[in-house]
Amino acid sequence: MEPFDFVSPTTIEEAVKTLASAGDQARILAGGTDLLVQMRAGRRTAPLVVDIKGIPELNVLSYDASKGLTLGAAVPCYKIYEDETVAKVYPGLIDAAFLIGGIQIQGRASIGGNICNAAPSGDAIPAVIALRGVCNVAGPNGTREILCEDFCTAPGQNALKNGEILVSISIPAPQANSGANYLRFIPRNEMDIAVVGVGTSVQLDASGQNFVSARIALASVAPTPVFATEAGDSLAGKAVSEEAIQQASELAMAAAKPISDMRGTIRQRIHLIGVFTRRTLNIAIERARGG
Amino acid sequence: MISNQVLSEVEFNVVGKRPLRPDGVDKVTGRAQYGDDTNLTGTLRAKVLRSPHPHARIKSIDTSKAEAFPGVRAVVTAKDLPFASLSKDELGGEYTALKYASDHMLASDKALFKGHPIAALAAVNAHVAESALALIQVEYEVLKPVVDVREAMKDDAPLIHEDLRTNDMGETGDKPSNIATHMSYSTGDIDKGFAEADLVMENEYTTATVHQGYIEPHNTTAFWNSDGQLNIWTSTQGSFQVRGTVAGVLRIPVSQVKVIPMEIGGGFGGKITAYLDAICAVLSKKTGAPVKALMTRTEVFEASGPAPASWMRVKIGVKNNGKMTAVEAEIAMDAGAYPGSPAMQAIVCAFACYDVENGKVDGYDVVDNKPKTAAYRAPGSPQAAFAVESLIDEICGELKMDPIDFRLLNAAKEGTRRIEGLVARRIGLVECLEAARDHDHYKAKLDEGIGRGVACGYWPNRGFQSSVVMTVNYDGVVSLIMGSVDIGGTRASIAQQAAETLGIAYEDVKPTVVDTDSIGYTFITGGSRTAFATGLAAINAAEDVKSQMVSRAAKIWDTDEDDIEYVAGIVQHKSDEELKFTFKDLARQLATTGGSISGRASVDPTGEGNGYAVHIVDVTVDPDTGKTDVTRFTAVQDAGKAVHPSYVEGQMQGGAVQGIGWALNEEYFFDDSGKMMNPTFLDYRMPTSLDLPMIDTVIVEVANPGHPYGVRGVGEASIVPPMAAIGNAVHAATGHRMRSLPITPGRILEAGWENGRS
Repeated sequence: MEPFDFVSPTTIEEAVKTLASAGDQARILAGGTDLLVQMRAGRRTAPLVVDIKGIPELNVLSYDASKGLTLGAAVPCYKIYEDETVAKVYPGLIDAAFLIGGIQIQGRASIGGNICNAAPSGDAIPAVIALRGVCNVAGPNGTREILCEDFCTAPGQNALKNGEILVSISIPAPQANSGANYLRFIPRNEMDIAVVGVGTSVQLDASGQNFVSARIALASVAPTPVFATEAGDSLAGKAVSEEAIQQASELAMAAAKPISDMRGTIRQRIHLIGVFTRRTLNIAIERARGG
Repeated sequence: MISNQVLSEVEFNVVGKRPLRPDGVDKVTGRAQYGDDTNLTGTLRAKVLRSPHPHARIKSIDTSKAEAFPGVRAVVTAKDLPFASLSKDELGGEYTALKYASDHMLASDKALFKGHPIAALAAVNAHVAESALALIQVEYEVLKPVVDVREAMKDDAPLIHEDLRTNDMGETGDKPSNIATHMSYSTGDIDKGFAEADLVMENEYTTATVHQGYIEPHNTTAFWNSDGQLNIWTSTQGSFQVRGTVAGVLRIPVSQVKVIPMEIGGGFGGKITAYLDAICAVLSKKTGAPVKALMTRTEVFEASGPAPASWMRVKIGVKNNGKMTAVEAEIAMDAGAYPGSPAMQAIVCAFACYDVENGKVDGYDVVDNKPKTAAYRAPGSPQAAFAVESLIDEICGELKMDPIDFRLLNAAKEGTRRIEGLVARRIGLVECLEAARDHDHYKAKLDEGIGRGVACGYWPNRGFQSSVVMTVNYDGVVSLIMGSVDIGGTRASIAQQAAETLGIAYEDVKPTVVDTDSIGYTFITGGSRTAFATGLAAINAAEDVKSQMVSRAAKIWDTDEDDIEYVAGIVQHKSDEELKFTFKDLARQLATTGGSISGRASVDPTGEGNGYAVHIVDVTVDPDTGKTDVTRFTAVQDAGKAVHPSYVEGQMQGGAVQGIGWALNEEYFFDDSGKMMNPTFLDYRMPTSLDLPMIDTVIVEVANPGHPYGVRGVGEASIVPPMAAIGNAVHAATGHRMRSLPITPGRILEAGWENGRS
């Protein structure tokens, strides 16, 4: 690893100023579970590493039934799943937080870092897209909001401009009769990169028999996580049925544009998107019904 | 349900018990000294520049910028090794062997695999060394690589060594080839045997390159003193092997090199070859300082010694009653950059579980653009067993015969002449098969969706040279000094054999592994030889101690040695009951009766008993994803006599676990340019604890007549059956016959699509 300078700002302003002046020489460090690995492997160089864990706004973890969840960008996964309220209200988020890396990694890795790393396989991203997550960004020109589905722009690249940092992610409070789930496929049972991942959320009507709306997002099947809008929208207004779920899964398969690599082939990945769309929808429906 | 069974017929006082390991406290408290804990004053850190290309000619190397970089103390290339200044005429018959050994350390003319060392440097710290490495400029002529064993065998394949000609059963080929050796054995008349068969089946199988996956990366510290003495602290399975390799490449006498083996964090055969030692030695000579090198995990994957990939064709003929009439196999294995794959062991092991009159086996040792393969637990046998045991499962299916009954009908036993001509002494395959057949697991009802498979495995085990010295301290505690590096609990198991022989407590024997200057030549810890051969040396050294204790008592009692006997740790006069010493009492008298006693023995035994294992495995396969889960696993193995049953169980479980990884997910994945794509533990998918069931064990004890306590080697047979057992279980669960390893979820899905299921 090449030598680098290290700064640890304690305010957003200071972080933004540092990042703005350093330009592409700077890299943001949260848990470091991606950045340090990339630097050790020589895949990224970072003359300046900016540790943002000392900024209070990035460590916020708060839930309010009216405002929903505010998740600071540096909050490590374990804090999320160990928070009883968050775990109860957002099981679909916990699904992702609980399977990023292993236990030790979850002690450091954050959902915000997972989103900023913008890997096509990032487990948290489809889960947050499905939950209508919004990225709250601060920069030299003030603050702005970016929908999670618009945040990743290419493998390893995100929508942040020079000097900007992700401060937090806002996730609305769940609607009545809603449920969400994230599942991925890996050949082992932990410590792996998703061959495919699918995050879904559904809102049912009061009877629990009809879809009001649904959102489906996919991992590892395109250069960025995919928000499969047609697949989700196809369920709106339909009765909950195997046919409807099958049709949505076929639309999700159509939205998948994977490559073949050492983790899986195109055919295998598209097939698995169908399988996991159906599986996650069924779990999300069960959760929406209070199961 | 009993998860660990030991089927013993003979009991001893110390052998067969489960005492604490002598190295246990240091290991669990983090005090044990591993190679990277070596920190001599003024140590420099070395880094190796490695070829980014799997196949390239080295046109020039410019080290001047790196040499000028602040903090760099020395840079070396192949020009700094003696081979560079020796002519072909001077070397004569030694030329090729020295070229291969020297080039493997540092390439002289060609890079033969991605990761091949090209240059190395020593600097004040590892970061400076890494920065400076990037300043070494190498001009390559990139050549077409070949990383597939069958492709490498073709006439038009890129040649790895332009001057390599096939040794075809002793005849040298007339043109260059990547096939280093073709070897063959046959017995009986296979044409007749296949003609007599009612059913003949034949199929082809492949396995991928896999790595041992030891947790501790290779490391070395070398210090070449100004008096010419070269000391090396390293992680190795064979300190004398490292000494020999380093002395050979550096062209110095072996006694000028002392190798100090440190604690070892796993080896499995992969820590026999010396990689960093000669590099650090020449850097130390240049700088006058100690030089340490430590591989990264990626370097371990790309530039140490994985197990070969293989292509195999197997043909078996049977009568309708299941009796095998003829067997045939062709096995090609890739050795990587330099010859030396275990194709020979593969063809010897392939049918060693069976008593068949007619057989022929052919093996091919093939070079290609992969790192030079090294030993990996029962080298050659797991691949062969995957093919043979899978085909036997197919035959059992055709004959509608129970797979254990089939194997019992054909099992090798005492007197069976194996294909290489050796006749089996007392072996325990039948007893293992019977134990498997009678096990609760084999009798358990198969729940819906579960597939069950069985397979056998064989490893001949080894003898070879070992030395042991034992000194009696005046408090009666015996120091046991040996050259065998402890990779699997052998300090305990050899101390147990010494204590048993001396008739004293296990706690009164203190085992120590020492350096190459402090003990006689001792072959590597490998081949499942150490508990057997070094154990024998310890037994013989203990007998030497006993006879010296008897003479000392004779001196004290002023009587004849013949009047004294040594029974169960007591030295006593045969007729005068008053004259009696416990071992400790006599030890207390040594100082005043002539001084300490040392017993010693060097052995080269040939009575190693062959090892056999039988595994039963249950799996479920998710039909939608193709993912296999191993739900139950029972390993049965003949240990002869389990000296320390817990460590034998550990060997059985460890081999089974490595086999599960090999079966389901592990493989070197190469891109089109021949580069390994997955040189990390993230993407080279070894099983984690969440991927495994408890591995149940049954130790069968059929005494080895070649050892006083009946001991057989146990470290390797356990990795032989799992791949076929799992393949057979997957077939039972899905109907898909998987003939290529690894049996990944993707391959199972594809098999389903090919068989017309979605």
